[in-house]
This record gives sequence, C-alpha cells and structure tokens, in this order.
Amino acid sequence: MLQVKVLGSGCANCKRLETETRGALDAEGIAYTLEKVTDYADIVAYGILSTPGLVMNEQVKSAGRIPKRQQIVEWATQLKAGK
Amino acid sequence: MHLSRFMTVHEDRPAFVIVGILAVVWVVVYNNLQPIADWLTYSLLGLNPDSPIGEALNFFVYDVPKLLLLLSGMIFFITLLQTFIDTEKVRALVERRGEGIGNVMASLFGAITPFCSCSSVPLFIGFVQAGIPLGITFSFLITSPIMNEVAFVMLLGLFGWEVALLYLASGIIIGVIAGLVLGRLKLERYVEPFVYQIRAKRVQTGVEADKPTWAERFGQAADSTREVVGKVWLFVIIGIGIGAFIHGFVPEDALTGIMGEDAWWSVPAAVLLGIPLYSNAAGVIPIINALLGKGAALGTALAFMMAVVALSLPEMIILRKVLKPRLIAIFVAVVAASIIATGFLFNLVV
Repeated sequence: MLQVKVLGSGCANCKRLETETRGALDAEGIAYTLEKVTDYADIVAYGILSTPGLVMNEQVKSAGRIPKRQQIVEWATQLKAGK
Repeated sequence: MHLSRFMTVHEDRPAFVIVGILAVVWVVVYNNLQPIADWLTYSLLGLNPDSPIGEALNFFVYDVPKLLLLLSGMIFFITLLQTFIDTEKVRALVERRGEGIGNVMASLFGAITPFCSCSSVPLFIGFVQAGIPLGITFSFLITSPIMNEVAFVMLLGLFGWEVALLYLASGIIIGVIAGLVLGRLKLERYVEPFVYQIRAKRVQTGVEADKPTWAERFGQAADSTREVVGKVWLFVIIGIGIGAFIHGFVPEDALTGIMGEDAWWSVPAAVLLGIPLYSNAAGVIPIINALLGKGAALGTALAFMMAVVALSLPEMIILRKVLKPRLIAIFVAVVAASIIATGFLFNLVV
C-alpha cells in the first residue's frame, strides 16, 4: 500500500495538494493511505524549506508547489513498480 | 536515453512558438490601449474629455486592461524565472557566506523567490539548522514579503520603471540593513528552543534532480500566472475604480496638508497605519497612485504600501511558533524603522 504524507500547516495550498493527490490516486484506483503532517517540527524533519510538501513511501517528491495530477500518478506507479 | 533527450528538445518547439505568438499579440494590444480608451469614452459615449465623468471613465477603461495585461505578462516572466530557483539551492548558496555578503545574497534571493507566509516557519527552521546566522535569515525573511511581484508590476504600470526599480532596490536594502542590525543584537535566546533541537532526517529527494523541459517551465509559469492574476484581478478593478473616482472628482492638492512632503509626521503615521492592514498590494496601489496626483508624497505612499505587505498580523502569528514575543516585537520595530527611513529618503530625493 502506498503511504502518502502531505506536509503543511494547513494553508490553502496544502489543502489543494491533498485534494489533487486524492483525486489523482483515486482516479487511477491506486490504494493508499494519506496522512497530513501539520507539526512544524515533523515537517522540517523531512528537510524541506517550503510547504506544501508531498512525501510518498518516505521519499520527498515535491516541496513548495502543487504537482500535476499526471505527475503524482507517475510517482505512485514508479514506487509500486519498484517494490 | 538519447532518444528521450532528443524527444524533449523536439517537444519544446511548439511551446516556444505559442509563447512567441502570445508575446507579439501582447505587445500590439498593449501599445494601442490609449487610442481604444479614447475612442470608447469620447467618440462612442460622447463624453467631454474635460468633464469629471469623462476623465474618470477614460482613466478606468485605459488602466484596467493595461494593468491586467501587464500583470499577466510580467507575472508569467517572473514565475518563469522562479522555476530556476528553489529555496534549497538558495540555502546552499547562502550557507557558505558570512555576515555582510550573506545578508546581501539572502536579501537578493528573498526578492526573487515567491513568498508564502505559511512557508516562513519551515524556511526559518531550515536556515537556522544549516547554521546560517539569525541576521542573514532575517534578511531573507524581511525582503521576501516586502518584494511582492504584484506590487512591483502595479508600480511599473502606474508609476513607471523608475519607481518600480526604486521599490525593488529599497526592499533589498531594507532587508540587508534590518538583517545586519538584528544580527548584531544577539537574539538567539529569543528563538523557541525546539528549533535548535530538530534534526533533519536524511531523506531521498528523487525527482528534483530531473531538469524540467522548457515546455514544462512554460506550463508551470502559465499555471502560476493564472493563479496570481485570478486572485488579484478583482482588487485591481476595484482599486482602479476608486482611483478613477479620486482622479476625476477629488480636488487637486486636497491631500497636500496631510500626506504631502511638508507634513514630516505623515511617513511614520502611514507605516503605523499600514501594519494592521492586511491587504494585497493590487488593491492598494491604484488608490495610492490617485492620491499622489492629489498632493500626497511618493515616499509616504511607498512606506504605507511596504508596511501593508511586509508587516502583517497573520505573518506575526505564524512566526510566533518559532520566535518569542520579544523577538517579534524587535523584528517589527527594526523593519518599521527601516521602512520609515526609506519613506523619508524618497520624500527627500524624489
């Protein structure tokens, strides 16, 4: 199962990233769990400097921007194939 | 691999063609706005150019499309530039410098990178963790919100490039000076202790190594432009509407007494007034522009605008997570003092 984390303190962009990620993965029928990381100490532990951040299976995939759905799906499938 | 590289170069060409065509259309339309506005108000509606209504309406139908065009074009260009810069790279570059040069670089980067107040805390922690001195971190954190790309474009459109560049330069200088001062004050003990205790995990950042193609950069810039312009267009129109009204109906020199160069107290008053206001520059600048025409001084007006964008209550509430109240108070005081000084300087020079 794909483990997704959305890093962000709850600003508008973080919420959009969550919606985009859920939308992208749901549309492809990829099974996942999504956790929202809102504590600053935990966010910064991933080494990112700008939010929102997207983490998949503990790999930081993007920071400070909202990736395209197509890109999110690509990352997810790559991670699944790697397993 | 070779094939895919070739493919991306090939795929970029249509993107360049589209951007090129749009640029040409943009230039042609932009250069013909005044005749269109004149024709619309004076010929089509038959208004008298000397009447308040005619003047106000002409001002409005010229400035709204002009600023919206300028915003779209310039924001596209700026966000395209931003696809080449990310905060991780900035940190790596600033990390190796000491005070002085470090402040200048942090401030310069602060001016170019996009600012989102919800990112200021992770950024602060990240800089402090890398061992970057507090003063240099502040240089970045001060210039970044002061230099607002929308404000820059609005100034460019309404006041000309000299004022826009003056704004850019003073934003950078304020960041450098305020950062140097804050660095000297040895304020580390007013940072919340947990900041120093966080250890970053060493995590893989797989994708960022991939260089985006030009088509992707154009796409990203177009998305950001749509987002930024989508957020501010209504404020621009309302602001210009109010500005047009002032332009046409408020008598000349009505404000010389309270916002003019002779009223020395107007600069600090404007800054104090601007701090609690959390407005976007897009709505404020057209109004300021109109006020200027009625005798307000440029330095006063710019100081007001910088206080509005750089020192805002929501920003301070967010920073409270990592800074003790004392440090926030010092931060506000130093930045406000720098903005006031800049306002005085402008009033003297311009």
